[in-house]
Amino acid sequence: MVQRLRLRYAKRGPLRFTSHRDFARAFERALRRAAVPIAYSQGFTPHPKISYASAAPTGVGSEAEYLEIGLQAPVDPEELRVALDAALSPGLDILEAVIAVEGSLADRIDASQWRIELPQVEEKTAVDAVAAFLAAEEVLVERMTKQGRRSFDARAAVTSCTVTQEADLPSGATGVPCAIIDLVVRQVTPAVRPDDVLSGLRVVAGLEPPVPPRVTRLAQGTLTAQGVIVDPLDTDREGAGIGGR
Amino acid sequence: MSVSSVFPQLEQLLPRVSKPIQYVGGELGAVVKDWDSTVVRWALMYPDAYEVGLPNQGVQILYEVLNEQPDVLAERTYAVWPDLEALMKENGVPQFTVDAHRPVRAFDMFGVSFATELGYTNLLSALDLAGIPLLSADRTEDDPVVLAGGHAAFNPEPIADFIDAAVLGDGEEAVLEITGIIREWKAEGRPGGRDELLLRLARTESIYVPRFYDVDYLPDGRIQRVVPNRPDVPFRVAKRTTMDLDAWPYPKKPLVPLAETVHERYAVEIFRGCTRGCRFCQAGMITRPVRERSITTVGQMVKEGLEFSGFNEVGLLSLSSADHSEIGDMCSGLAEQYADTNVSLSLPSTRVDAFNIDLAQELSRNGRRTGLTFAPEGGSERIRKVINKMVTKEDLIRTVVTAYSNGWRQVKLYFMCGLPSETDEDVLEIADMAHEVIRAGREAAGTKDIRCTVSIGGFVPKPHTPFQWASMDRPEVIDGRLKLLKQAINSDRSLGRAIGFRYHDGEPSLIEGLLSRGDRRVGQVIRRVWEKGGRFDGWSEHFSYARWIEAADEVLPGLGVDLDWFTTRERDELEVLPWDHLDSGLDKDWLWQDWQDSMSEYEQDDCRWTPCFDCGVCPSMDTEIQIGPTGKKLLPLTPVNNLRVPA
Repeated sequence: MVQRLRLRYAKRGPLRFTSHRDFARAFERALRRAAVPIAYSQGFTPHPKISYASAAPTGVGSEAEYLEIGLQAPVDPEELRVALDAALSPGLDILEAVIAVEGSLADRIDASQWRIELPQVEEKTAVDAVAAFLAAEEVLVERMTKQGRRSFDARAAVTSCTVTQEADLPSGATGVPCAIIDLVVRQVTPAVRPDDVLSGLRVVAGLEPPVPPRVTRLAQGTLTAQGVIVDPLDTDREGAGIGGR
Repeated sequence: MSVSSVFPQLEQLLPRVSKPIQYVGGELGAVVKDWDSTVVRWALMYPDAYEVGLPNQGVQILYEVLNEQPDVLAERTYAVWPDLEALMKENGVPQFTVDAHRPVRAFDMFGVSFATELGYTNLLSALDLAGIPLLSADRTEDDPVVLAGGHAAFNPEPIADFIDAAVLGDGEEAVLEITGIIREWKAEGRPGGRDELLLRLARTESIYVPRFYDVDYLPDGRIQRVVPNRPDVPFRVAKRTTMDLDAWPYPKKPLVPLAETVHERYAVEIFRGCTRGCRFCQAGMITRPVRERSITTVGQMVKEGLEFSGFNEVGLLSLSSADHSEIGDMCSGLAEQYADTNVSLSLPSTRVDAFNIDLAQELSRNGRRTGLTFAPEGGSERIRKVINKMVTKEDLIRTVVTAYSNGWRQVKLYFMCGLPSETDEDVLEIADMAHEVIRAGREAAGTKDIRCTVSIGGFVPKPHTPFQWASMDRPEVIDGRLKLLKQAINSDRSLGRAIGFRYHDGEPSLIEGLLSRGDRRVGQVIRRVWEKGGRFDGWSEHFSYARWIEAADEVLPGLGVDLDWFTTRERDELEVLPWDHLDSGLDKDWLWQDWQDSMSEYEQDDCRWTPCFDCGVCPSMDTEIQIGPTGKKLLPLTPVNNLRVPA
């Protein structure tokens, strides 16, 4: 392995229903289609060197998924980005590729920003529910995990939660109200996901969206004391600027 | 009139169903065209779940062939699982295509490919969800023409009331001819409506339109005759044969799904047809003559298919791949070309001889060793003569031992149970054979660490085969034999431990038998089963034998027949069979003679290497055997690298 690259990619539109396993298979095929000189692990069944940062749940869109690949020959990151993007179905889009300078992706990600669209929910309803949620010290919700049904707090991990309303929905359904929740959640164990926060809104304020909410991850990274999420590729970009390739 | 996508409505349901990605489309190779700039529009269906249907070669080939025409649009649809079906009904979302999520009812043609009869109930679900009347007779000009294809279309009588037409045989040219007929009919302003369109299709003499044929029955329930009910349609409808496979190198752009499917590989058909003459094998009988794709076309297709798809597995498919006249050079050439890659090559290996192992050795050169499967099909020498599978026990032992001594640790042996004239003894010989394989294999490999798996399939008599007259054994007879076999395998603890045993119960086979050799009366059973909730009958967790029995008991006695009449009854020479008016090219007298030869354990050689035995196909279909060798070889590939390495 002579080069490590870090990629940011998006899951958009209908392809947000791609599961992580589905994406991983498609990505390995894309590496072959684009003739990327990927490095392989040793052993009887060699695996391509790919590692993923925490993946968004199936059905949730994302503008900020990250992965890292190891290469056996150096390539130009932008050419690789273009080639890989062309080799994937539209909707699975490679947005950025940088040369990794140091550290690991996982160390640079401790929070996510999510947008939750709630069609047919009035802004006022959402504002009241969010206020009740934030006012609570603890909001217990339940979810099925591998260990069975589990109850945990969905409140503490939420560092910010605000409501806006947009006239035009990305889905194109105009004319109906649509409350939009902007949410920042810290990475904790067990993970608090957007649907856990939605469960929390139901628990504290009885918010029952009449149609399935549409969720998108907007950013992942390190959460600063000021509440800003720092792009995990920033360090690599700066490193490349100083040290060159 | 443009047709809009149902995706906005469907999207609301997807978070509530399992594996939503299967309904989303977005595959590499998928084509979405503008509705209004096309003239003839096809919805193609494989009537099973997406994970099974997507890799289907037939649908992929027709999809590509049709979409290459500028004024033609083809999209795909698959059976939806019961969870989504319930939500679609509740929310008024119709059966949709996965490409552009258009409602199936808006298309001109609804082509359904039946690899097996167990997809019939899924056809009814799709029609129902699409809002297309279940019965052909109730459809109007607002409905597509429902067209059946695939191997089951060689006897479409059980679904004759639900389809408007059927095509027998190869589809590549047929879909283009049908497209031409629709194009013309539309350009003329749809003269004569739906009836005229169906008539134009029927007049080709190779498209079967069931409504133009009447079936008369004798008082004892047998068919008296099947005759056209109008003067201008043919008495018999002939199958299609695509000659020169090199001229049809599809799929060029294989569909690469995001969802997980049963096969994730680039599959190339290296030849079509088979004249080995196994008497149970419908595929071998109805796809004659043998037509090979040349080594150079196969090499080109593999190269382009892998580059396009990014797959790392290639399947060289056919009914008996080791029989290709250039298979040796093809395997060594491909193995050489992909030696330093992670591409694995596989050959469905069923021929029982050492040559097959040479090929497997060749293909596993880069260390990727797939399993070895041999198919003696019958347990005893006698029954193998009955089915015309010319393999001696010595051949088999020698072959398997060669495999073990060449480093294979596991082989799979495939057999059938319930064959005509079969006795308990014939089946019990499978145990002897398996014991012998392990004993000899341990000696040859010098280790006890070898295994063999015995896999048993239930025999189902199929139309257009010499066994089309045969009686089936009842499920309890089959299950009893399998139980005896299991005991016999385990009678020797030491050997039995090394032998895996897999089998299917007799019950699903009996129902498959009903659907395979059924006539139009069976359609009412299918409908009844579907109304009772029957779906996905090819899946053991969804198939209900009780439901089929119940429906058959409700429907058939009123028609003067019953389940046994269709399944366990042997037919005589003069009986009119439900598919006699459908011409596979096989001479019925030859089939009968081969059936008689079978019962006197007389074997029939392959016409590729011995003189023609007059099965009738080549002269009646105006076709001929197309085989090599061409004498050409595969050249080394030059490595591709699209990515510029920075200075």
